[in-house]
Amino acid sequence: MNSLLTALPAAVRDTSGSEAVLFWVLAPLMVVAALGLLFAKKAVHAALGVAVVMVSLGVFYLAQDADFLGIIQVFVYTGAVMMLFLFVLMLVGVDSSDSLVETIKGQRWAGLALAAGLGVLLIAGIGSVTFGRAAGLDAANADGNVVGVAAKIFSQYVWTFEVTSALLITAAMGAMVLAHRERLGERRTQRDLSERRFRVGRYAAGLPAPGVFARHNAVDTPALLPDGTPSPLSVSRVLRARQQVRPHDEFGTDVARVEGDIEQGGRR
Amino acid sequence: MNLDNYIYLSCILFAIGSATVLVRRNAIVVFMGVELMLNAANLAFVTFARMHGTLDGQVVALFVMLVAAAEVVVGLAIIMSIFRARRSASVDDANLLRL
Repeated sequence: MNSLLTALPAAVRDTSGSEAVLFWVLAPLMVVAALGLLFAKKAVHAALGVAVVMVSLGVFYLAQDADFLGIIQVFVYTGAVMMLFLFVLMLVGVDSSDSLVETIKGQRWAGLALAAGLGVLLIAGIGSVTFGRAAGLDAANADGNVVGVAAKIFSQYVWTFEVTSALLITAAMGAMVLAHRERLGERRTQRDLSERRFRVGRYAAGLPAPGVFARHNAVDTPALLPDGTPSPLSVSRVLRARQQVRPHDEFGTDVARVEGDIEQGGRR
Repeated sequence: MNLDNYIYLSCILFAIGSATVLVRRNAIVVFMGVELMLNAANLAFVTFARMHGTLDGQVVALFVMLVAAAEVVVGLAIIMSIFRARRSASVDDANLLRL
């Protein structure tokens, strides 16, 4: 058997055994990560799944004699594009989950069926084709992959390359214009804010600071007023909108626990 | 192992990406589905380059990456400006032809 395997010409087995192992380890992982993009409830989890796919693709490019593309894949996709995605995800709100209301009735199942049909069609199409023996890139990569790709880019594809640079500059300008926000009013300085506070006269000394409490000094813990009730004014408006303030009833049991601890310590 | 397997993998990834675009409602996730489809196409390009023994496929894959990077920048800027106006990143909420 072993002699038979070695006797087989390289044409029958296009790849080395180690590459086969790499493929069968990474490919299922990639499919699972891609399915994570499809099914993950939180957008951050979906983004991490895509990042796994991108890094694995980079490894596959390296294994397929595309050294330059493999490195660029990790740099551009995993390093820049996915981080940009995560950045916008944080800006837009991490907990912005999908609405389950279907605007078009039955669209979810129809979409899944269409995509499955597309996959079956593609795989059947590829399956019905017989590819000849792979030529391999040894000849094309004789001077190294980067030199080979550069020779292509700067001779045959030089016009495309120049047009791409125009595209990138236009895209950068477009993003700057789209993300720009005109300031409608004058920027309020600290002095203006202070003067306004005194003119209104309600919180002349500023709002109470959060977390004045024996057990916590976190910003999500409201300050206690002299009569023992928590002051909602002491917690940031953003935390209240996100409902990340510590609930008040929990607060009461904490007070009791702290008092119990103090009493116990006093007895000891 | 045969090189066809890479093509099959790229088909599967492309189908999953298209399913994401069709099914998910969060604009950012939809956008990541588009990225997945572009990457699946890139894998096919690189594999075909290896089959044919020329580097043209790799060069085209590089251009696809460049176009994808430009698309991501503009697309995310649009998503952000829609989010500013409507406080939502859902594709169903952007139903007017203005911000």
